[in-house]
Amino acid sequence: MSEPMLDIQHLRKAFGALTVTEDVSLSVETGELHAVIGPNGAGKTTLIHQISGLLWPGSGRILLEGEDVTHLPMHQRVCRGLARTFQITSILPGFSALENVALAVQARSGSSFRFFGDASAEPALNQPASEALALAGLAARAQVPAGLLSHGEKRQLELAVALATEPKLLLLDEPLAGTGHDESLRVVASLQRLKGRYTIVLIEHDMEAVFSLADRVSVLVYGRLIATDTPGGIRANEEVRAAYLGEEAV
Amino acid sequence: MSDLAEAQPVLSTGARRRDLVIPGLLFAAFAAAPFLAAASGAEGYVLSLVTRVMIYGLAALSLDLILGYGALVSFGHAAFLGIGAYAVGILASHGIRDALVQVPVALVASALFALVTGAISLRTKGVYFIMITLAFSQMLLFFIRSLAAYGGDDGLTLPARSLVAGQPLLQSDGRLYWASLACLAGTYLLCRSIVASRFGRVLRGAKENPTRMEAVGFHPFPYQLVAYVISGMIAGLAGCLIANQTEFVTPAFMTWQRSGELIFMVILGGLASLHGAVIGAAAFLLLEEQLQGLTEQWRMILGPLLILVVLFARGGIMGLLQRGRHV
Repeated sequence: MSEPMLDIQHLRKAFGALTVTEDVSLSVETGELHAVIGPNGAGKTTLIHQISGLLWPGSGRILLEGEDVTHLPMHQRVCRGLARTFQITSILPGFSALENVALAVQARSGSSFRFFGDASAEPALNQPASEALALAGLAARAQVPAGLLSHGEKRQLELAVALATEPKLLLLDEPLAGTGHDESLRVVASLQRLKGRYTIVLIEHDMEAVFSLADRVSVLVYGRLIATDTPGGIRANEEVRAAYLGEEAV
Repeated sequence: MSDLAEAQPVLSTGARRRDLVIPGLLFAAFAAAPFLAAASGAEGYVLSLVTRVMIYGLAALSLDLILGYGALVSFGHAAFLGIGAYAVGILASHGIRDALVQVPVALVASALFALVTGAISLRTKGVYFIMITLAFSQMLLFFIRSLAAYGGDDGLTLPARSLVAGQPLLQSDGRLYWASLACLAGTYLLCRSIVASRFGRVLRGAKENPTRMEAVGFHPFPYQLVAYVISGMIAGLAGCLIANQTEFVTPAFMTWQRSGELIFMVILGGLASLHGAVIGAAAFLLLEEQLQGLTEQWRMILGPLLILVVLFARGGIMGLLQRGRHV
């Protein structure tokens, strides 16, 4: 059997007396779109922070294609093919959309200790960056300073930047957060395009989007995983209904 | 998408052509100054004042590289001026008077000091970075002041200006002027290139959003450290020039007040344009010169002026010039 793309083993994390991740074990197969849902404060973003390396893990192990990355800093995990987006948009506002993405390409293509030559005119950087922008549906806005993009466009830009790092595994932290209806349709459409091409861990509140996109769904409640199943299985799961879905009656 | 790829270089060369106007005028003015000085009747005074402007412009330029493009507020940048000046002074006092030895020694010493202090300072952020760079420069200042063999507090008089390959090429003020201009112009072009390069892009990105840089796979620290070293070396070069201009080396070059003045120059001229720092240095020194003529208490006027610039002209002089052009 081949290694799972991502294997999380007995991850724990506590801030003082507050346990935010409690013995979470989860494995994501290559090519899978795995959604993690849970009520507010369940520790979803903390989990993404731990997987991506922004937060130091408490105990437990994180394996990427069988390699232990538990103690690597974030930038080294990125170089091993682990990319993420942020729930609260994190971009370079003074750079154009294209330059935001080109910088991610630059990180993967040779040394950046080059002091001569105009980086913004390098086709080797701009070409893949334009492609990633197009994949995220932002091709027309390439030259706009990222700080001037609309909220939804910034979410798309985050996606394009993550794609440009040539990831094996994409961690998407609420890509639909704060987007309007039309914008969210656009983002779902780009996720639909990415599905199958990349292994994706998706954290999302929008249940409609989750159930339409995910191959499997894990439910996180108070830092514990209470179920991992297909979308249909999760819908039928009594414990999940009680803990989370409740009166929403999905 | 293909039309986008084509549109981009066109756009950037257009922007670049506009960007050339102000630095072009600035350096043309520097090149014309000696001839105007000769016509003014006070040649010696004008020449030495503009030389001073260019040398401090060089130091301010080095600070702008890390402050404007890296948001690294070094409050100890005058230390590098001191290192450069003392490299010239100490070597000269031992009979080594050739700039071909003095300048490399100054650059290496500046680089080492930057490497060691930067490796420690850059682990801190914000106010702590400011304080720790200040602390390092003060340590160096007190060390220099304790060197009785090299004049201690009183400083050191150079026997004469540096030689170049054994030739007295810097002895006249006119020649020192052209040497300073060559250093400034060369360094300016070098910094322009650095800022636009891959390296510069990482530096600028880390200024805007370090977490984002980590998330695309860059660790900002080594880039910031190299920028700090480059900046320190340029300031060290300015120190070599200042020693030659004054023919006198003193701990006063490296006080924290001098570091503060460098920051003032960069902010006055406008952050992150490189030539803005040079313009800021010119404005500062010319103002200082004028105000000193008016009153003993010239700092009482200069201080409020800085406050006004920060409050009402955020982008400094460059900001005002650009605003004028867009309207």
